[in-house]
Amino acid sequence: MTLIQEVNLFTPQTTASAITGVLWLIPALPIVASGCIALFKQPLRRAAVTLSIGSLGISLLIAIAAFAHVLSGWLAGNAVRETVNFTWIRFGSSAVELGWVLDPLSAVMLVMVCFVGLLIFIYSTGYMEHDENFTRFFCFLSLFAGAMLGVVISNSILMLFMCWELVGLTSYLLIGFWYHRPSAAAAAKKAFLTTRVGDIFFLLGIIWLFAQTGTLLFYSHGTGSLEPLALASLLTQHAGLGLTAAGAIGLLIFAGAAGKSGQLPLHVWLPDAMEGPTPVSALIHAATMVAAGVYLIARVYPLMQAGALTGGVTTSLTVVTWVGASTAVFAALIAVAQNDIKRILAYSTVSQLGYMMAGLGMGGVAVGMFHLITHAFFKALLFMGAGSVIHGSHDEQDIRNLGGLKQLMPITFVTYVIGMLALCGFPLFFSGFWSKDAILEAAQHWTVARAPFYMLVCGALLTAFYMTRQVSYVFFGQYRGHGHAHESPRVMTMPLAILAFFAVALGAIGTPAWPWFRAFLDGHAAESLSEPGLFALMATSSLVVLIGLGLGWVVYGNKSPEPEAPDALQVKMPAVWNVLQNKFYIDELYGATIIAFYAWWARVADWLDRRVWGGAVAAVTWLFGLFAKFNRFLDANVVDGTFDKGCEEISTGGGLLASIQSGVVQNYLRILALAVVALVLILFWSSRP
Amino acid sequence: MTPLGGYLLVAALMFAIGLAGALVRRNAIMVLIGIELMLNSANLNFIAFWRYGPHPEALTGMMFAIFSIAVAAAEAAVGLGLVIAIYRHTHTTEIDKINRMKG
Repeated sequence: MTLIQEVNLFTPQTTASAITGVLWLIPALPIVASGCIALFKQPLRRAAVTLSIGSLGISLLIAIAAFAHVLSGWLAGNAVRETVNFTWIRFGSSAVELGWVLDPLSAVMLVMVCFVGLLIFIYSTGYMEHDENFTRFFCFLSLFAGAMLGVVISNSILMLFMCWELVGLTSYLLIGFWYHRPSAAAAAKKAFLTTRVGDIFFLLGIIWLFAQTGTLLFYSHGTGSLEPLALASLLTQHAGLGLTAAGAIGLLIFAGAAGKSGQLPLHVWLPDAMEGPTPVSALIHAATMVAAGVYLIARVYPLMQAGALTGGVTTSLTVVTWVGASTAVFAALIAVAQNDIKRILAYSTVSQLGYMMAGLGMGGVAVGMFHLITHAFFKALLFMGAGSVIHGSHDEQDIRNLGGLKQLMPITFVTYVIGMLALCGFPLFFSGFWSKDAILEAAQHWTVARAPFYMLVCGALLTAFYMTRQVSYVFFGQYRGHGHAHESPRVMTMPLAILAFFAVALGAIGTPAWPWFRAFLDGHAAESLSEPGLFALMATSSLVVLIGLGLGWVVYGNKSPEPEAPDALQVKMPAVWNVLQNKFYIDELYGATIIAFYAWWARVADWLDRRVWGGAVAAVTWLFGLFAKFNRFLDANVVDGTFDKGCEEISTGGGLLASIQSGVVQNYLRILALAVVALVLILFWSSRP
Repeated sequence: MTPLGGYLLVAALMFAIGLAGALVRRNAIMVLIGIELMLNSANLNFIAFWRYGPHPEALTGMMFAIFSIAVAAAEAAVGLGLVIAIYRHTHTTEIDKINRMKG
């Protein structure tokens, strides 16, 4: 009962069910837990872990209940979209409104974030066991989970933006968790500043949207910004360059999403973010936060799609597609030539995020989101497997110095290979195959251009290739590291096993034979797809994956090269290899252009500050000094003179009076006597007739 | 019966003697004695005016005199106490040497 009262307190206009009413608890619990942990002292490890895992566990239960609610509604034939909105600040005639929404999209994301997050929390207790700042780590992790869940449930673009920035903040804090390493501190700054570039555009988009529609809410009984009324008005506004306001706002929001999701050209921060602890890489920079950008596009999809003429093509979605497809190939190419186990996975993440964006751009919400969900599971699995490798081999991250871990770390090996096959999209039994296939299928039917399809197929080939390279280096051949590698503790391998199960099983929700996931997200009943050419496509993509795996095995398989020996590809194509290993010199390009420009500008500002503004300030100071000296002269000679004279007079007067006070009692008595005599005389005189 | 003027004359003489004593003696105790004389001359006046006044049967002057004597006794006690305290402090009763209250 109290829960429902709570809802009434916030929202007079809601018609939401009880589960939607308590939806706010899902992000609130981890945030409160984080606040409590922040107050703990360092040794209170157990309490911190209990609190953060417990709060996220309860969030997961609520999320599952919410998902069940949406699912039962869908099975009954209703597309569930329940909102709870309330006014936060009112100024003049407009108001800042916040709220949350429960629909298939948010329900799916909630369950995914809570579940993957919970597994990574559990894994972290093992991974971070020896870190002295264990409680701080869990404080940040909880804050991150809460903020991410806040992004997911937001029904207000402002609330989404606030949680979005909180997520960015925790990302910064966690990348720089080992802040005593200069590289970690630099990576944290880089991540924060690069995503900020996108966020500026995002904020502009929000302001524009608010100015045009007068509401911050997505859905609000017909008056929200994503509902037909507002979209129709946005389509009538022209923003120049042949864009409608809807298209322009969509592009601005996409810029924010590109920053967060590491799309070209703002991808540079994501590989560097691997400086953070590995669970952080798994949770934030693979499974959830970087997917927030994709989720954002999925959330504002009606806006992106507004005004589509044929086949759902709009300017903004075309841009999304091209950026996504280029990112997918570009990052996959770089991943081929990296040697850090986590960096390979980071570039792979960038590449897969490109797939998701392309999927959103060409196929719609369900296609992109399906890949997002499956990717979250197998990429978290891969990162946690990489963490297990790093943990077991005494902090060795260079794949050239690893090897032979197949025998030494059997559980990690098996789960890692499952994750790797899922990522490559190995046919039929792995979730990655189905989700990638859905994207390829959408690309094949895209009416604008064929190029994205070929780019994505090429990306799939490269993915299979670089993952084979990584696995051969790490798990096959002879162990080349130092010390004795050992399997990780059970608390770390258990989450790996659970994730491995889902990396396989999740494919079942999206196979073309029974595509209920797509129907669920798009809000209509499930129907079996029987596209012509579907099997041909599946065969093609399977073939591509197998070629990639085979090529990788031929080049790298079971070779056990010396750590210092050049890479097999490097021998054959040194020029190409150099370009790839240096990440297409993008960092250097930014260093030579944008950063150089800012450095120059900073020097100009410094010069201005020192010479011009500093000189002006000095001149003013000098003037005031002069004025003060003049004042001092006046004070000493005019004001003080008069005052001193007055004081002297008073002092002299006091001295005169004091001399009467002789201290001799008889003198007083004499005066008294004289006075009496005088009095008698006066009386005598005056009484004379 | 002695006329009123005689009493007044004696009282005036006593007052003058007391005043002179209080003004010229150096010894603090002598000053106190002078003051007592002055007080008693005033008492003498009270009695004389009462006896020769319009209501000699009303005991008014007597009451004044008794009160005055009581006040004088208290004054003497306080005065002597002060003299002793000052003596303890300065080892002298010479009143013109005690001038620490000089301004």
